[in-house]
Order: sequence, then C-alpha cells, then structure tokens
Amino acid sequence: MVASLDRTIATPSFTRRMADRGVIGVLAILVAGLAGYLLMPNNLALLTQMIAVGMLVLSIDLVTGYCGVATLGHAALFGAGAYGAGIAAVHFGITDPVAMTAVGLLAGAVAGLVSGFVILRAHGLAQLVLSIAVIHLFHEAANKASGWTGGSDGLSAITPDAFFGVFEFDLWGVTAYAYGVILLAVVFLALQVLVSSPFGMLARGVRQDQIRIAAMGASSHSVLLRMYVISGAVAGVGGALSAISTQVVGLDSLSFTLSAEALVMLVLGGTGSLYGAMIGTVVFMLFEDTLSAANPFHWLTIVGALLIAVVLFAPKGLYGSAAAFAGRVRRRPA
Amino acid sequence: MQTVLSIGVDALAYGLALFVISIGLSVTMGLMRVVNLAHGAFAMIGGYFASYAVRHLGLGYAAGILVAVVGTVVIAIPIERLLYRRIYGAPQLTQVLMTIGITFCVIGITNFAFGPTLKTVPLPPLLQGSVDLGFRSIAAHRIFVIICGFTVAAGLWFLVERTNFGVKVRATVDNAAMTAALGVRTEVVYAVSFAVAIALAAFGGVIGAELLPLEPYYALRYMVTFLVVVSVGGAGSIPGALIACLLLGTIDTTGRYLAPEYGEFFFYLAVILIVTLFPCGLAGRMK
Repeated sequence: MVASLDRTIATPSFTRRMADRGVIGVLAILVAGLAGYLLMPNNLALLTQMIAVGMLVLSIDLVTGYCGVATLGHAALFGAGAYGAGIAAVHFGITDPVAMTAVGLLAGAVAGLVSGFVILRAHGLAQLVLSIAVIHLFHEAANKASGWTGGSDGLSAITPDAFFGVFEFDLWGVTAYAYGVILLAVVFLALQVLVSSPFGMLARGVRQDQIRIAAMGASSHSVLLRMYVISGAVAGVGGALSAISTQVVGLDSLSFTLSAEALVMLVLGGTGSLYGAMIGTVVFMLFEDTLSAANPFHWLTIVGALLIAVVLFAPKGLYGSAAAFAGRVRRRPA
Repeated sequence: MQTVLSIGVDALAYGLALFVISIGLSVTMGLMRVVNLAHGAFAMIGGYFASYAVRHLGLGYAAGILVAVVGTVVIAIPIERLLYRRIYGAPQLTQVLMTIGITFCVIGITNFAFGPTLKTVPLPPLLQGSVDLGFRSIAAHRIFVIICGFTVAAGLWFLVERTNFGVKVRATVDNAAMTAALGVRTEVVYAVSFAVAIALAAFGGVIGAELLPLEPYYALRYMVTFLVVVSVGGAGSIPGALIACLLLGTIDTTGRYLAPEYGEFFFYLAVILIVTLFPCGLAGRMK
C-alpha cells in the first residue's frame, strides 16, 4: 500500500492522468445513461433512484474507502439532503429544481459536519456505535418534528418547477432522469478531481497510517472532518435528486437499513474506487428490483449470502477484483 | 410513586434481560476482538427453538429453555468454524459485513421457516400470575427475569474471577500471544467462551421473550441495542455491562413511560453522550 503511494507521488503527470480518466468516467456515465433510457424506458423511476442512491454510495466511499472510517449511519446525510430539498419546496416555496438541489447539498454538508463531529471523536467499536446512534437520532428527530417533515406519513406534495421553464417533471420521469444523469456526471468529475488532488492523497494516507500523517505535520482529524462535509454534500445532492424525482420524502430515507444497504453496495462494487461504488449500486439495485419482486424475505437471505461470499471470495469487490485480474493479464509477457 | 415503582421494576427486568443476552457478546468481543453484529440473531434462534418446543412439541418451560440453549449452540458451532474463524483479526469493516450478512441470512431463513408473525413462549402457571408484595403486586415473570439476571451475573463473576478457567480467560483478554506462549491453549479458551456466549444469548432470548418480542426482524432491531450495551459498558467487562444494561434499561423504560412520542430519541442521545465521554466504555480497558 505504501509502495503504491510512493509511486503515485513520484509520477508527475498523475493528476493529469486521473483527470483524463475522469473524462472517460463521465463519458461512460452518459453512455450508460442513454443505454438505460433505451433499454428500460418504462422504468426510469428506478434508474433515477439508482442514481440518487449511487451518490449516497459514492459519498460513503469517500469516508470508508478513502479515509477508512467504518460507518453504518451514512443515510443520515442522504436523508438530510432529501428533507432539506423537500422542506425548502413545501414550506418556503423554493421549487426551482436547481435551487432545491443546492439546498440539499447545503443540508447534507451541515449534516455531514454534525455527524462527522460526533462520529470522529471515537475509534473502532465506539465509532461504529456512534454512527448507528446518529442515524437513529436523526430518524427519531424527523419522526417527532412532524410539523416540518410530515412524520411517518412522509413529506409529500413536493412539486418542482419545470426545468428552465421548459422541461416539465412529467409522469414518465424523463426530465428527472436526464437531470440525474447530468448531475451524476458533474459529481463524478468533481470527485475524481478531489480524490486525485493532494487532499485526496492525504485522505488515503490517513487511512493507511494516521501516526505517520501526524508525524508529517498534518492533522488527520481535520482531514477526516473536511472529507465528512464533502461526503455530506454529495449525499445531500443524491437526497435532493430523490426528493425531486419521487416528489415525496419518507422516513425510510433516514433509516439504518438504507445505511447498511448502501454499505453493502459499496463493498459489492469495491471500496476505494469511484467506479466500484457505481458498479456496486447498479448491480445491487438491478438484482433487488428483479428478485425482491418475487419474495422480499428471500431477497434478504440472498443479500446476506452475497455479503458473506464477497467477504470470503472477493474482498476487493467486483470492480477491484476485475481490475486486479486485468492488471495481472496485462503484466503477463506476451 | 406508583409510576416510579412500575418504571423501576420494568427497567430492572428489561435491563437484566439485556444483560443476559449481551454479556456473551461483551466477553467474546473483549476476547476475540470481533465486532459480532449477529449476536442478536443467536438470541432470536434460541427464542424460536423454545417457542417451537413448548407450543408444538408440548414440552415444559424448563425443557424448552434446555432445547433452546443446546439447539442454538449446535447451530452456532459450524458457523463459528466456517465463518467466524476467517474474520478473527480482520479489519473492522470486514467483520461488520460478514456478521451483518449472517444476520440477514438468519432473518430470511427464520421468516421462511416460521412466518413473519410474532412468536410467544408460553409461560408456566407459576410465572403467569403476579406476586403480592403487600403494597403492590409485581408480575411473577418480571421477578423471574430479575433473579435470572442477577444469577447469571454472579455465576459469570465467579467463573471469571475465582476459577482456573477464568484466569486463562482474563490472561487471554489482556494479551493473547503472551498467554499462548505460556502454554495456555487459547483456541480452547476461545471455543468455550464462544459456546458460553451463544448459550447465554439463547437463554436470554427465551426468558426475555416477553420484553423483547420474538419476530424475524428481532435480530436487526436489537442488534444495535446489544452493541450499544457493549460499547457503553466496555468490551470484556462484566460489571461494566451490568451497569450499562441497568442504566440504558432505565433510560429506555423511563422514556417509554414519560415521553412515548419521542420514541428512542433520548436513548440514542444518552448513548452518544456516554460514548463521547467514555470512549472505552464505563469500565473499559480496551486499548
């Protein structure tokens, strides 16, 4: 691990190369988005939800994959973004979709600051327990403040304006889907730049060896907290997208289950890689859509078995294992 | 005064049921350093075993408890051999994922086999009524749980502090490598502790069935509570776990009586405060 860090620092054009790779990723997102539209035109709501949850998984990747903080409470940031956008639309009349997204981003970042402040105080088991306590606290608070959040009925009647006054959010969800794809491409590019920046490098250093980072004169706590805020902003955008596309925010967006499922998606795809996060989301949610329609409880058994299998046989996840395999093939002399 | 007394008895019973279930988790976590999220699943399996034995096989309550404990340990042994062995010493995230996976599987299979409905363990006539204390009557079952809880606490304290095996357990908690070098077979210590932990979980699942109702999502719903107990009490500490259970039981029960509309808000607020103030738990000595 340390060797890879050294090598990346030694290569001067690394940032440039990663940015190039980010462009490839953006192209891949746009192509996949178009393919999704052509292949499943009647299921655009699912695809949009996939994008929203994908942003949550990306944001977990930032703190878990890049910084090594294990959290089971990340849906708190997603839910904060969703409720932020929803409350702005219902109670304050901010119904412009871009403005709603901005509110979601801010709400997510604030939630990230608050939960990061709490969670990062501890390590190990205590940290895990704090993250679980945070998501439950958010959940109970949203449930209690039913005047603002609609409580267990959910916050409904969110009616976003037409996009630039032209593209309306219709029943088919074409506009919401297109907006989601564009949003995801922008977020992905920004994150690719972030993780290959010196700050992203520092974050990876914190994951590998906190003591060395401290000896080098950087504060690992400050790095982690800043990453948490950024991660919150990403999750908040995802939450806002979910609020805009489904036009309703429920308490399930602040649930422990969503946190755990998003972590499963990340691990399935592979931690420490933005591609892994997205691949994991797509595979998991496609499977869920097909299998859980048959029987939700068999679905739970399958998720459990899948998790055990991933931990035992593919600890790097789908993308990580595939990348390692491709690397081995390439290095083999022809 | 009546309310205070009701809260007191319920809190004591709830806290001690929590204690019986989660003390095993605390000991194995202190010993093996495995974040075991599937512990509640074993308590649930115990409860289902007892429910099936008493309601469908016509066995008595005591026999039901015996069936639950033995059955759950028999199920747990292959799981420990095949799955847990591989995650000792692994990163925390790996342990979390593996044990959540096991929990999900247990929930799915339980639901498939027994259906989603609430299961009860019928009480014997002796525990059904209430005991008159002169100024107030208390449900006999609550008293039974309280007695069981204190008995388990005392028994474990004796086992760990006063027996030869307990010396080995404490030594392994403090420094496993050094203990092994001194000729203690730590893998035997691990295996026996794991079996005792699972047996206690199953026992707690049965006697606590009235307070923590049995249904397939039991394993997920109380997973957090058990983890919280260990984290608040400090992994591997019996007095710590006892204090944590009584404290959290009191907070939770009081919240339910006085401000039910807030749900578990105060419970988790208290958890955050305690864990922030005592990062290693109330009686923790975790490094």
